[in-house]
Amino acid sequence: MSDNEYIPKSKFGKWFNDRLPLLSLASHLTDYPTPKNLNYWWTFGGILTFCLITQIVTGITLAMHYIAHADMAFESVEHIMRDVNYGWLIRYIHANGASMFFLAVYIHIFRSLFYGSYKSPREIIWIIGIMIYLLMMAAAFMGYVLPWGQMSFWGATVITNLFSAIPLVGEGIVNWLWGGYSVDNPTLTRFFTLHYLIPFLILGLVVLHIWALHVPGNNNPIGIDIKKPSKDTVPFHPYIVIKDAFALLMFMIVFAFFVFYAPNILGHADNYIEANPMVTPAHIVPEWYLLPFYAILRSVPDKLLGVIAMLSAILILAALPWLDTSKIRSAVFRPLYKQFYWILVADVLILGYMGAMPAEGLYLLIGRVATAYYFLHFLVILPVLGFKEKTIPVPLSITEPILGGSSNLALAKNKESLDK
Amino acid sequence: MSDKKPERREFLFTATYAVGVVGVGAVAWPMIDQMNPDASVKALASTEVDISSVSPGKTITVLWRGKPVFIRRRTQDEIAEARSVKMEDLKHPEKDEDRAKDPEWLVMLGVCTHLGCVPLNDKGDYDGWFCPCHGSHYDTSGRIRKGPAPLNMAIPKYEFINANTIKIG
Repeated sequence: MSDNEYIPKSKFGKWFNDRLPLLSLASHLTDYPTPKNLNYWWTFGGILTFCLITQIVTGITLAMHYIAHADMAFESVEHIMRDVNYGWLIRYIHANGASMFFLAVYIHIFRSLFYGSYKSPREIIWIIGIMIYLLMMAAAFMGYVLPWGQMSFWGATVITNLFSAIPLVGEGIVNWLWGGYSVDNPTLTRFFTLHYLIPFLILGLVVLHIWALHVPGNNNPIGIDIKKPSKDTVPFHPYIVIKDAFALLMFMIVFAFFVFYAPNILGHADNYIEANPMVTPAHIVPEWYLLPFYAILRSVPDKLLGVIAMLSAILILAALPWLDTSKIRSAVFRPLYKQFYWILVADVLILGYMGAMPAEGLYLLIGRVATAYYFLHFLVILPVLGFKEKTIPVPLSITEPILGGSSNLALAKNKESLDK
Repeated sequence: MSDKKPERREFLFTATYAVGVVGVGAVAWPMIDQMNPDASVKALASTEVDISSVSPGKTITVLWRGKPVFIRRRTQDEIAEARSVKMEDLKHPEKDEDRAKDPEWLVMLGVCTHLGCVPLNDKGDYDGWFCPCHGSHYDTSGRIRKGPAPLNMAIPKYEFINANTIKIG
């Protein structure tokens, strides 16, 4: 990498860089050698950074008008919507921004799953990513409580009550979380504080995520190790910057569609009714991005086991680099894994749908089958597949299959034999 | 001398760590405990309720410690139904006699023991309550009969001050 050799041109630049090597860092980031075959699925890292910054900026401006008090929170949100200049716009960007953030993170995660980006030597990047994802869920959940509508209140009640499943100390923990005997003002004020804190923790983890990424460099669609810099790489600037910028623009069109044309379509009408501890809404549903896990929670008829199943569904991802025993990263060269990958995608979508439906009859049954398959995928299929699967030979470099060579021929032959 | 010195040093290290751990714990505890229910929350511990206007078969809901409390004046049919249930059929076996001091009055926390939603009156497969969140069914004594909830709805501490007034808490 070039950062060691970098010498600023100006005298002041050199003087400054000797004392704080910020210019070396900037040079490292612009020259950073990137695989030249990165496709558009790789643009979601940049999109996610945009999402985080958007949430922080709109969040700070909303906090200038919001009042974190059980008697005033609901009204202050309506005040933002009706009275504050452009308050409606800032709030709709923030509320839909959360959904866009999760949309992007799910694409980012499933890109990793397809191209095996979590495998050695990128386990730490992956685990930091899972930590960011967990913090995102915590931030989103607490943020949803702040408007103090019916869904806010009852969502908070249901989720905090998950801790009451813990034997012996559960009740004490829940009262500690609430600061009382039910979700009330002390709960609201602490959720507001933590909701403000978490994005900055995420920002710190994002720095570590990118730092860890820059040690081995990007994975790529064919999942091979590449020499850097070489014929297989291009500098981050301008090649990746312009590609990321284009993808970001496309993403912002989708984002703007929700903000301007369907700002409430992802929310629940019940949250425009002020919180009432005496009445539970007929049908409590979390936000769409938590539905698959909600379906797993409900598919287990036992309270404690349901909570354990839901948490394991998330934490199992952290063990993924060791559960997947295949040395081949990219699904392009793993014909069987590719099929199981798409079954998993379908399974998670089915879980999401079942999470939105009432927990009864056929919905519950399908939810249970889908839950069982989810764990089967990670605990049985992936470990076994690494030993059983006949993979397609991987090319030696990114340029090799294009410029021709023996490996390319072998690849074609192998494909033929697999087709038979 | 040379034999003793490392031992003294190890002792000092261990002692320093121990004091450090106690110090960190002593500072951490107030930070943790400040989140527990405070004095003003604990002070709202009891509520008195006038029940003279409740007719048989009706339920009133009052707020106690931020949670709804159901006070139901049960009909003779409901009492009979609650008392005729066999203990083996219950997930959380409790006699109706132990749950309702005065069989006509059932006083209990209107909080589902699954994840804390408020169950609906006169609903469900057992003529009692039904929780809309995750489908728990309770009988006319507020006992869990079907669904994910592990326990019967809780009975708070309460007493009849006179024929028309109940004090909860």
